[in-house]
Amino acid sequence: MKEFGRYMMFLETLIVRRETFGTYYKLVIDECILIGVKSIALFMLVSTFMGAVTTVQTAYNLVTPLVPRYVISQVVREMTVLELAPTIMAIIFAGKIGSSMAGGLGTMRITEQIDALEVMGINSSSYLVLPKIIASMLMYPILVIFAGVCSILGGYLVGTLTGILTPTEYVMGIRSAFNDYTITFALIKSVVFAFLIASISSFKGYYTHGGALEVGIASTEAVTSSVIAVLLADYFLANLLL
Amino acid sequence: MIKIKNISKSFNGKSVLHSIGGEFDKGKTNLIIGSSGTGKSVLLKCIVGLLQPDTGNVFYDLRNFTESDKEVKSEIRREIGMLFQGGALFDSKNVEQNVMFPLDVLTKMPLDEKLDRANFCLKRVGLENVNKKMSSEISGGMKKRVGIARAIVNNPNYLFCDEPNSGLDPQTSIVIDELILEITHEFNITTLVVTHDMNSVLGIGEKIMFLYKGDKLWEGSNDDITHSGVKELDDFVFINKVMKSLKGK
Repeated sequence: MKEFGRYMMFLETLIVRRETFGTYYKLVIDECILIGVKSIALFMLVSTFMGAVTTVQTAYNLVTPLVPRYVISQVVREMTVLELAPTIMAIIFAGKIGSSMAGGLGTMRITEQIDALEVMGINSSSYLVLPKIIASMLMYPILVIFAGVCSILGGYLVGTLTGILTPTEYVMGIRSAFNDYTITFALIKSVVFAFLIASISSFKGYYTHGGALEVGIASTEAVTSSVIAVLLADYFLANLLL
Repeated sequence: MIKIKNISKSFNGKSVLHSIGGEFDKGKTNLIIGSSGTGKSVLLKCIVGLLQPDTGNVFYDLRNFTESDKEVKSEIRREIGMLFQGGALFDSKNVEQNVMFPLDVLTKMPLDEKLDRANFCLKRVGLENVNKKMSSEISGGMKKRVGIARAIVNNPNYLFCDEPNSGLDPQTSIVIDELILEITHEFNITTLVVTHDMNSVLGIGEKIMFLYKGDKLWEGSNDDITHSGVKELDDFVFINKVMKSLKGK
């Protein structure tokens, strides 16, 4: 509870004594490039394979001829949109971006770079962390959309090339009984997950004390705590919004 | 001028500073000296506000810094330049960007003016043609110089230096010391240096405060330090053979 209280106070420091809009604008753009553009290849690779594997495994489990084969792509779509793209990708996001945020801020702390900002009269937490959170909340939903598209394309490629189902069946399954609210739900989840991962990872990194060993520990804690928070939020959002 | 009154600080019940008071004069290099672990850096951090003292106050030209709200503290801090022990240069920026950084964030100066000012400060600390180098590509001594350039770029009224000679060879140490002394006189600023380097003490210590186990034991100038009559200070000053021979004379 004490740690949670510190986290809430940390969030408060992000919004008091802010710098000018122009300062944040440039920082947010830089972070968007770092978080979004430089992560897109990994996200596309992982999600393509995720869709491919989901197709193969769903086909493996559908042994009865009574179930039409287009159900396979329907399952791929639902799993991708509701869970795989926003939640599993959030775990990848925490591993890549969360640990990098915690490590970067931790290193800045132990090398007195954060102290240097404070001495200059700059609110270091707001200056360093707020752009990371905003950029994450902007870029992660876009990454999730890319991941969803790649996952469905991966399923299509494997499904049609290995003869599990025909292209027509795959497209039919993707289009049948589609509820567009699932997309809205996935995007809401992605914004919440991005906030949790960026803020928790920054919190862990910002309050690092000690040396290089502690920076490593902070990075590990950042990923662990972020993943736990994402899984809890996933459950609560599903209960609340579905 | 900076004035401190009854500064005390403890960590987890262990007292580190005991009611320290004193004044640091404008236009002079003021030194806080003492062995490792005596509380020099803690006192410096209390003065610049990186640590909140348990008791006491810090006054910047009669403005009570300790009891000011965050806005006023922020305003006072914008008059401060600080050189950190390891330089504390921003890894993601090159030398020029590091020096320009306070101007980028704290002023609305046009880019060409900022560049002129940064180049002036880099030239002043004897660094030219390194503008585009990253901080990881320059030596320890150069990092300290860039740190000084960054500290003075915003025309500070107060300059703080935390162990400016640590990790430097004796020759570079003297260069850095002389640079600090020159800048202090040239810009008429209040400079406060934390050090345990005896060359610095004798070379630039216009006003010296000696700390011992969290207490202020002596105050004076580098001319008086060799005949202070304080045993703990003598033990600190005359630790090596060269200094002992000086004492004999």
